[in-house]
Amino acid sequence: MILLQVIVGGLLLGAVYALLSSGLTLIWGMMNFINFAHGEFVMIGMYVAFVIVVALGVGPSIFGLAAAIGLFILGVAIYFALIRAVMRGPILAQILSTFGLALLLRYTAFWIFSPNFVTLPQSSLTGTINLGGILLNVAQLVAGVVAAALTLALHLLLTRTAVGSQLLAVAADRQAAMLMGIRPDRMQALAWGLSAASAGIAGALMAISYPFSPAVGETFALTAFVVVTLGGFGSVPGALLAGLLVGLIQALSAYYFGPVYKDVIVYGLFVALLWLRPQGLLGTA
Amino acid sequence: MKSFARMVVATVAVLLVAAAAQAADTVKVGALYPLTGNSAPAGQAAKAAIELAIDIVNNAHPELKGLPLAETAGLPNLGGAKIEVVQVDHQGDPSVGQQQTLRLITQEKVAALLGVYHSSVALTATAVAERYGVPFVVSDSVAANITQRGFKWTFRVTPIATDFAKAYSDFLTDMKKAGKKIDSVAVLNENTDYGTSVGNSIAEAMKTGGFKVQQIVYSAKSTDVSPQVLQLKEQKPDVAVFVGYTADEILYMKTLKNLDFLPTMIIGDDAGFSDPSFLPAVGDIVQGTLNRSAWAVGAPGSVTEKINEMYKAKTGRDLDDTSGRWMQAFFVLADALNRAGSTDPEKIQKALKETDLKPTQLMMGYRGVKFDDTGQNTLASTYLIQLQGKDYKSVWPEDRATAKLEWPMKGWKQ
Repeated sequence: MILLQVIVGGLLLGAVYALLSSGLTLIWGMMNFINFAHGEFVMIGMYVAFVIVVALGVGPSIFGLAAAIGLFILGVAIYFALIRAVMRGPILAQILSTFGLALLLRYTAFWIFSPNFVTLPQSSLTGTINLGGILLNVAQLVAGVVAAALTLALHLLLTRTAVGSQLLAVAADRQAAMLMGIRPDRMQALAWGLSAASAGIAGALMAISYPFSPAVGETFALTAFVVVTLGGFGSVPGALLAGLLVGLIQALSAYYFGPVYKDVIVYGLFVALLWLRPQGLLGTA
Repeated sequence: MKSFARMVVATVAVLLVAAAAQAADTVKVGALYPLTGNSAPAGQAAKAAIELAIDIVNNAHPELKGLPLAETAGLPNLGGAKIEVVQVDHQGDPSVGQQQTLRLITQEKVAALLGVYHSSVALTATAVAERYGVPFVVSDSVAANITQRGFKWTFRVTPIATDFAKAYSDFLTDMKKAGKKIDSVAVLNENTDYGTSVGNSIAEAMKTGGFKVQQIVYSAKSTDVSPQVLQLKEQKPDVAVFVGYTADEILYMKTLKNLDFLPTMIIGDDAGFSDPSFLPAVGDIVQGTLNRSAWAVGAPGSVTEKINEMYKAKTGRDLDDTSGRWMQAFFVLADALNRAGSTDPEKIQKALKETDLKPTQLMMGYRGVKFDDTGQNTLASTYLIQLQGKDYKSVWPEDRATAKLEWPMKGWKQ
C-alpha cells in the first residue's frame, strides 16, 4: 500500500515536471534555441499566483489562468524585445542572452519580493482524499491531473490544428513556410508565448503546495533540462513520458535507497540512456 | 572682554574635541552572510541584527545598562573609534565564501571577520583567515569540525552540535523519567556540513541515551519529501528530530499533515524552524513543536527586551535565535577589539583568547563566553522552546521556563 502511495505521488509530481518541460522542448523544436530562463518563467508563474491570491483571494482556476495569460504576454514580449535580435547573432550570443535574461528576472524578483520564502494562503484545494488506503493530497492531485491534461492539449494543438501545422511548418522550413504565406515571426512569437504560459501554469500549480523564493527557478530549470533531454529534444509526448519517469524514479529511489541517492540514480539512468539512445526516448536522430 | 576670551577658549576646546573625534580611525570588520540563495531570509535577518549591533556599539545607548560598549559611543580604548562593517554575500556557497574572505582580507584590509550561517561556508572561509592570520569570529555555524582543525585564528561563540544533541537527549530522558512513552527517535537531516554534523551528533547522543534511532539523510533542495514521510509513517517513531533549512522543513511539515502522520513530538533544530518564513507558512499545523534557542525576549524593561524592541522597530519582526547569536558574536568581537586597543591582528587574537564575559554581560542565555584552545566557547548553552499559539515559549530546563510544556504536541489537531 505504501509502495502504491509512493508511485502515485511520484507520477503526480512527474506530470508537473512534464508540463514545465514541454515549453522548453517546444522552443527547441521550433527554433533550435535553448532557453536558460525557462526556470525563471516557472518562478514568475508562482509569484503571479501569489500576488493574485493575496490581492483578490481567488481560487486556483483564476490564478492559474492569470499565470498563463501573464506569462504568455511576457513570452511574446521577450521574443520581440530580445530573441528575434539575438537569433541573427552568433550561437554564443543566443546562449548567453537567455542566461542573462534568467539573472535579470531572478534578481528583479529578489528586489520586488525580497528573498523570503512565501507560501500561498490556504486555498479551496486543501484536505486529502482517501482512495482505498492511498492518501491523496487534493492540491497535488489537481496539479498532477491538470498538468498531464495540459501537456496532452499542447501536443494536440501542435499536431491536430491549423495553427499547429503552421508552427511546425516554420520549424521545418522557414523559407518554404514564408512562401506558403505563413509569417514566421508571428509563429515564433506564438511559440514563445505558449512556452512561457505552460511554464507559468506549472509554476502556479506547484505554488499551491510548495514554498518558494526568487531562487526557485534554478531547481526547476535543471529538472526541465533533464526531462527534455531524456524525452528527446523537440518532442512534447517525449517530455510527458520523461517527466512521469523522472518523477517516478525520484520517488522510488528516495523511498528505497534514501533521498540523497535519488538524484544520483536519476542522473545515472539519464547518462546511461543518453549513451544507448542519444536522441532521447521519443526524439528523432 | 573676559567673556569673549572664555568663548574663544570654549570654541577652541570644542573644535579640538571634534578634531580628536575626527582623528579616531574606524576599525574595519568584514561580515559574510547568505544574502541570496535558499537561506537568504536568515542572512537578511542577521544583517539587520548586525546593523542594529553596529548602532549600539558606535552610538551611545545609556538605556542598555550592563551591556559592554553600549553606553559609550565607539570603542573607548581606541579613542572612540567606530566600527565599520563591510557586508558581503556568500550565497551559501563555500567557494564564494572563500573568495569573499580573501577579498575582505587583501583588498578591504579588515581587522577581523564575522560570519557565516552555513557550516560548509564557515569551513572554507575560516581556512583563508587562518592562512592570512586574521581573527575570524564564527557567530552561528555549528558543525563540530570548524573548531577541531587546530586553527589559531578561529573563535566560535555559539553552542555547537554536541551541546544541542546533549540538550535534546537530556530532555527526552527527563520526559521518559516522568513516565512518557519514548522508545524510538527518528533523525531527519539535510546532507551538507550543518545537517550531517548536527544529525550525527543527535543520533549518537540518542543512542547513548538508550533510544532506538533511525536516521534519514536528504537534500535540502528536494521538491518532494513524501517518500520520507511515508517511511516515517511505517516506522512510527515517537519523536522526530528535523535538522534542515527553510523550504525543506516547510515542505516536511506540510507533507506530514497531508499524509496524516503526527509523531508524539517534533523537535526542530533551529535553522529552518527559526526562519522568519516558517511560522507564517506552517505555524498553525505544527502546534507544540519544540525548537532550541538561546534567545529569550525577557521581562519588560530588561536589556534583551529593549534590544528586541529596537530590532522590531527596524524590521517589524521579533529578534530570532540565529540573529541573536550573530549580534552576540559581534558584541564579543567588539569587546575584544576594545580591549586590544589596536587593529593589529595579533593583539586582537590575544584579546579574544582572554575573553571572559559573564552571563550578565550577554544578551543571549549562555553561561558566559570563554574560549578554549580550539577557539570554542566552553560556556555556550541552549534551552528548549515550544510553539504555543503564535510564538515559541521557553519550556526547558524548568528553571528557565516561561510556559508549561505541552506533551504530546497538538500539530494540526486542535
